[in-house]
Amino acid sequence: MNPVYYLYLAALLFTIGATGVLIRRNAIVVFMCIELMLNACNLAFVVFSRMHGNLDGQIIAFFTMVVAAAEVVVGLAIIVSLFRTRHSASVDDASLMKL
Amino acid sequence: MSPQLAAYTTSTGEAFQFWVLGTVAVLGALSTVFMKKAVHSALSLAGTMIVLAVFYLANGAYFLGIVQIVVYTGAIMMLFLFVVMLVGVTAADSLKETIKGQRWLALLCGVGFGVLLLAGIANASLKDFDGTGQANANGNVQGLAALIFTKYVFAFEITGALLITAAVGAMVLTHRERTERPKTQREQSEQRVREGKHVPPLPAPGVYARHNAVDIAGLLPDGTPSELTVSKTLRDRGQIRDVSAEALGDLRALEQRAEERLERTPIDPVDFKRSEEASK
Amino acid sequence: MNAENLIALLIAAPLLGAAVLLVGGRRLDGVGHWIGTLLSTTSFVFGVILFADLLGKNPEHRTLMQHLYTWVPVAGFQADVTFRLDQLSMTFVLLITGVGSLIHLYSVGYMEHDERRRRFFGYLNLFLAAMLLLVLADNYLLLYVGWEGVGLASYLLIGFWQHKPSAATAAKKAFIVNRVGDMGLSIAIMLMFATFGTFAFGPVFAHATGASEGKLTAIGLMLLLAACGKSAQVPLQSWLGDAMEGPTPVSALIHAATMVTAGVYLIVRSGAIFNAAPDAQLVVTVVGAVTLLFGAIVGCAKDDIKKALAGSTMSQIGYMILAAGLGPIGYVFAIMHLVTHGFFKAGLFLGAGSVMHGMNDEVDMRKYGGLRTYMPVTFITFGLGYLAIIGFPGLSGFFSKDKIIEAAFAKGGTEGWILGTCALVGAAITAFYMTRVMLMTFFGEKRWQPDEHGHEPHPHESPKVMTIPMIVLAVGSVFAGGFFSIGDRFLHWLEPITGHSEGNSPLSAAAVTGATMVCLIIGVGIAYLQYGRRPVPAVAPRGSLLTRAARRDLLQDDFNHVVLVRGGEHLTRSLVYVDHTLVDGVVNGTAAGFGGLSGRLRKLQNGYARSYAVSMFGGAALLVAATLLMRAV
Repeated sequence: MNPVYYLYLAALLFTIGATGVLIRRNAIVVFMCIELMLNACNLAFVVFSRMHGNLDGQIIAFFTMVVAAAEVVVGLAIIVSLFRTRHSASVDDASLMKL
Repeated sequence: MSPQLAAYTTSTGEAFQFWVLGTVAVLGALSTVFMKKAVHSALSLAGTMIVLAVFYLANGAYFLGIVQIVVYTGAIMMLFLFVVMLVGVTAADSLKETIKGQRWLALLCGVGFGVLLLAGIANASLKDFDGTGQANANGNVQGLAALIFTKYVFAFEITGALLITAAVGAMVLTHRERTERPKTQREQSEQRVREGKHVPPLPAPGVYARHNAVDIAGLLPDGTPSELTVSKTLRDRGQIRDVSAEALGDLRALEQRAEERLERTPIDPVDFKRSEEASK
Repeated sequence: MNAENLIALLIAAPLLGAAVLLVGGRRLDGVGHWIGTLLSTTSFVFGVILFADLLGKNPEHRTLMQHLYTWVPVAGFQADVTFRLDQLSMTFVLLITGVGSLIHLYSVGYMEHDERRRRFFGYLNLFLAAMLLLVLADNYLLLYVGWEGVGLASYLLIGFWQHKPSAATAAKKAFIVNRVGDMGLSIAIMLMFATFGTFAFGPVFAHATGASEGKLTAIGLMLLLAACGKSAQVPLQSWLGDAMEGPTPVSALIHAATMVTAGVYLIVRSGAIFNAAPDAQLVVTVVGAVTLLFGAIVGCAKDDIKKALAGSTMSQIGYMILAAGLGPIGYVFAIMHLVTHGFFKAGLFLGAGSVMHGMNDEVDMRKYGGLRTYMPVTFITFGLGYLAIIGFPGLSGFFSKDKIIEAAFAKGGTEGWILGTCALVGAAITAFYMTRVMLMTFFGEKRWQPDEHGHEPHPHESPKVMTIPMIVLAVGSVFAGGFFSIGDRFLHWLEPITGHSEGNSPLSAAAVTGATMVCLIIGVGIAYLQYGRRPVPAVAPRGSLLTRAARRDLLQDDFNHVVLVRGGEHLTRSLVYVDHTLVDGVVNGTAAGFGGLSGRLRKLQNGYARSYAVSMFGGAALLVAATLLMRAV
């Protein structure tokens, strides 16, 4: 088997995650889908690392994890405070920009 | 796992592992998207992440594989679960789309993007895999450390700063400063007496001898539920279960059975309806 | 102390005076006029010192330069504040400061009863400073500063009695008409910079012969436009008559002796350019010839003594411009006539001012008459000025004007005959209208009447402070011409700067002089027959068509009104129409189109984050598609 199949898997996961972001209204699930997209990217990086025979790809994946952690912390805090004020975790309810 | 496994020709074992676990990963991802309850989505995502951790290991990224399990699956996903609990674990989302055409557009974009991405990968000549055997010769962790603390040291420092900022930011966002002393029990009761409303304790939830769960509102004498009996959090989440119709239906069935047993003629439906209205 | 360092002081003295007088406030009201006069005289003394210094040098080394500082230090565009004092600017410096100081002195008496006298002297000093800057500048940009400065001073002084609406309007008119000329100067400077890469006198003149004739003609015509505006030449002459609304010393200093001659200075100074552009020179002579007749005809019809003199000024400057347009044949005589004209015309204006002073500011000559016995000094000085301007043999005007007529004939060919004839006819008309002024003012019987308040004027001689400048100027009017001409002193003085050539006159000098004398006698004779032999009617008769046209300044204002004002109105109206229909139509149509479009596009902005996410994701898909496509191609 050629390791390039891992890349197909990563692309598939990324697409599923992106579609999920568009379809789901629950902010927490949307967030999970974003995490899924990040993980798909990480998988691609790791496979690239294997392809090129150096560890730079793994480093990038590592940094992605760190950034994702930071993002999750802030994002969940936002969701919590949103829920406190609106009693809802639906992204469609936060639509003050609507005319 | 030996370095040979991570070389550019994959073994049959790895191929088998890929097809099995890859299927699991895709199924997990799909159920993350399509599960109605957030908690199910979170668990599916955790499963996908563990599969990905195995794939990291298979690709020679031993450190990342462990970190994936510890940090992602262990910490981040648990954080998700906490928030899901906070927001309401049983709340099921309606999957009915409210924005016109959103779902179709999303699927169209998703399929188009996926096809393009796959086509792009297929189009690229990715035949030569060097494998990480050379890079991992002194151990994967040592190799990573050498890179992080030399080439990527500034990025590393900056991500550190980012993490701290994020932690502080989360605290700022969720923390609510108390601006006044909390009321003592005595003060609360004095206030209640002064207002003349709900002087005794609030009524308890549950329907006697039938349900005693906290999310079931107690019934008033006429059979309607009283929201006062349920805690404010559940009221806010809209998680009150209404059993009044059930109780009335049970009552009617009981009366019917008693009449059959006593061989009485049923009550005139018109009168029954009137009495029902009168009872409301 | 080197003589060069004095040059800046020439300008600094009156500038200091202007600053002190204008900033000093009321506490200087008592002494302001003496401060102004003192500083003007100081400048004159510096001028005399420098003149003596120049006389002590060889004619070739009579150019002093003073570099003060670099004004615009930009690479490729350098403007210095540098002063050039040579024979030409020295002549102007002496004329400006000399006549200027005399008129300052005269104004002390003339403006005695004006409560804003201090401010008047401040403006006069400002004018002197600007005028000196104009003639001392070593590049056209600095000259432009002086040029605008005298324009400003002229504006302020014409409108000095701003409580009179006519004065305020006249000031605005002068300013706006001058603006047209200033435009010409600025364009000329830009053309110069584009052609030569500099606008300093030295390099420009040195390279003038090498440049293409078309460019030089364009520069020359633009310079001529500037000169027309400042010197009230046709077609920009309409402001000078109205400028007589200003106090009479202003008319004498600015609108007769100095500022209006700036155009002549500009053309003579730019002689190198004009010499290389014969077409521009021809236009200059035509403008000069037309104006000298135009001004003379206007001067014949005016009953306002100052406006008659203003017409005369226009005509005399026409002579100078004509001479300047003749090239090296005429440059020297243009300047010589300028200087002698400065004397006698300033004297005439001061005399007119003295008459007005004695006649309760009456300006209508039909209400004068027989004043010679009431104000003898004024009569004698005015009379000497009169004799000088008509070219009475032996007096200043005789020498200078005669030379110009000679030079006009010396141009040669048909042009020479036409220009010379114009100049001769002009001389006859000059004799006519000046005799008319003289007769109506000082001879005949008295025609003045009580004004509406019942005050009968009591004509009286002016105080000494006014008569002394008049006497000095009269002396100049009598002797300057002879002093300059005997032994060709003036010619030898200016020749190193302007060059000189004799030309080839078809007539001998004696013949020209004879013809001039005949013209003079004809003019004086007709005027005597018309105004000396019979009484002058107190109300102007209707007169012929030409007279009526000349009373209306030969319809110049009507012409401007019909062509420029009406034309401008029509142009603006049509532009407004185009603006309303076409421009606004396009703009409003575009706005309405975008409004409608955005009304529809607004529906896409539904406020849902997920909708925006779809468009982002679609965009990302398009980017991937584009990348793949580019790789495939």
